[in-house]
Amino acid sequence: MGKTVTGYNFAYLDEQTKRMIRRALLKAVAIPGYQVPFASREMPMPYGWGTGGVQVTAACLTPADRLKVIDQGADDTTNAVSIRRFFQRVAGVETTEETERATIIQTRHRIPEQPLTEDQILVFQVPIPEPLRFLEPRETETRKMHALQEYGLMHVKLYEDIARHGHIATAYAYPVRVEGRYVMDPSPIPKFDNPKLGDCPALQLFGAGREQRIYAIPPWTQVVSLDFEDHPFEPGRAEAECALCGATDSYLDEVIVDDAGGRMFVCSDTDYCRKRRAAGHEGRQGAGEMAP
Amino acid sequence: MTPLLDVRKLSKSYGARIGCADVSFTLWPGEVLGVVGESGSGKTTLLNCLAGLLSPDAGEVIFDTRTDGPRDVLRMSEPERRMLARTDWAFVHQNPRDGLRMGVSAGGNVGERLMAVGARHYGRIRGAALDWLGRVEIAADRIDDRPAAFSGGMQQRLQIARNLVTGPRLALMDEPTGGLDVSVQARLLDLLRGLVRELGLSAIIVTHDLAVTRLLADRLMVMKQGRVVETGLTDQVLDDPQHPYTQLLVSSVLQA
Repeated sequence: MGKTVTGYNFAYLDEQTKRMIRRALLKAVAIPGYQVPFASREMPMPYGWGTGGVQVTAACLTPADRLKVIDQGADDTTNAVSIRRFFQRVAGVETTEETERATIIQTRHRIPEQPLTEDQILVFQVPIPEPLRFLEPRETETRKMHALQEYGLMHVKLYEDIARHGHIATAYAYPVRVEGRYVMDPSPIPKFDNPKLGDCPALQLFGAGREQRIYAIPPWTQVVSLDFEDHPFEPGRAEAECALCGATDSYLDEVIVDDAGGRMFVCSDTDYCRKRRAAGHEGRQGAGEMAP
Repeated sequence: MTPLLDVRKLSKSYGARIGCADVSFTLWPGEVLGVVGESGSGKTTLLNCLAGLLSPDAGEVIFDTRTDGPRDVLRMSEPERRMLARTDWAFVHQNPRDGLRMGVSAGGNVGERLMAVGARHYGRIRGAALDWLGRVEIAADRIDDRPAAFSGGMQQRLQIARNLVTGPRLALMDEPTGGLDVSVQARLLDLLRGLVRELGLSAIIVTHDLAVTRLLADRLMVMKQGRVVETGLTDQVLDDPQHPYTQLLVSSVLQA
């Protein structure tokens, strides 16, 4: 255990709040994909920065845990760094950037490339938990639709995509059906990550702070991405290989490198990319600029 | 033959005010019933009670379901009633904006009911949407336009297509021609008459426009202050009105 600031309870939240969140988490695990309301607290960061995820992580953390925080796959971006430092200070837990060493991974917009294990918990930050929100603005009505499994409207959205673009153009926050029952917003992960949601050994928890909802996918749960018979779901990926590590199986970020149309594709999962380079894989621009 | 809809002593009041009181009637398969009366006579309240949008204080609404025969709609569970509402029933609102999804294309609007009952084949859904747009005289190249880009008459026809795509047996229409100009009204009426005959649809049409009932309705029900004051065959009621109120109503129409 590292050095903690005094005056804070372990992992910032008071024990009654953690208890409340854990009860919501238990209910969420018991009803996969169902959005459980919870009394979201003010956190020392703005809404939209992962207040839901932070509360779920805080309620799950134990002093023995090793925490990894990623933002768009990267360990070194603002959101990831600030949340990691937050828990280093208020919980004193060990942190890591290595996916396989972490016991809790809080993530924004990605699932790590490295397959997860049964000993891990993946915590998602969710901006808008209601997949039907932009089609049906009334919360009373969407709850009723979930209760009665009236999910035709979700397909209307996909229909509109095909009618307008010729294919399902939804590329992130792609709606899924969990265990044949609830339709769920998987948070704004790219649809490339959707297949990893199903039959995952790790426990997946979703926290939406502003919207005050928690939901979950228990380990080894069936998760199906919605589609049409004649327009099946396809996990999308840029037609390129990582410029640094040469990976052809990872999700890539497009980076604009100059003002003359120059661009490069790199793994969005920085830990995965670094490990591959350390193992001797090299992309076309990989030589020279090795990360620390 | 069992009636498609059997309404018995339906009452609904808003506090001390009467919405509709003791309304009873039967609707037979393939029949079109017109409900006329002035504003505030309880026509829309009656229709909303029938459709399950309002819950009446007393009475029975017995609908001849496809699977289980006659059943009281008001005592069905909500999932059953909502299922019925999107398969066997159609509800055409006076204002098409209430019955359409304005942010969704015409094709999506027509396809929604199909997807709601489990259609998952894009090509077939689109085919059905195209077919229905054709039937209500909307050009095929408007299928991907949003209803906001349509004229009032087109919106109303789109709403009709959206409702009839699942092949309902009962259509409830609340002033379907209200707010449309006369020539558009005439075309819409022509279209409705064709569809009702072709599909063997039963319909209840609420309107204050006697000309509409003359064209569409087989039978007429006249309402005043929440109560039914006269019923009969359309021509009979319009040509030989018995009740003073009906006489007033008929004589109020300007003869062009």
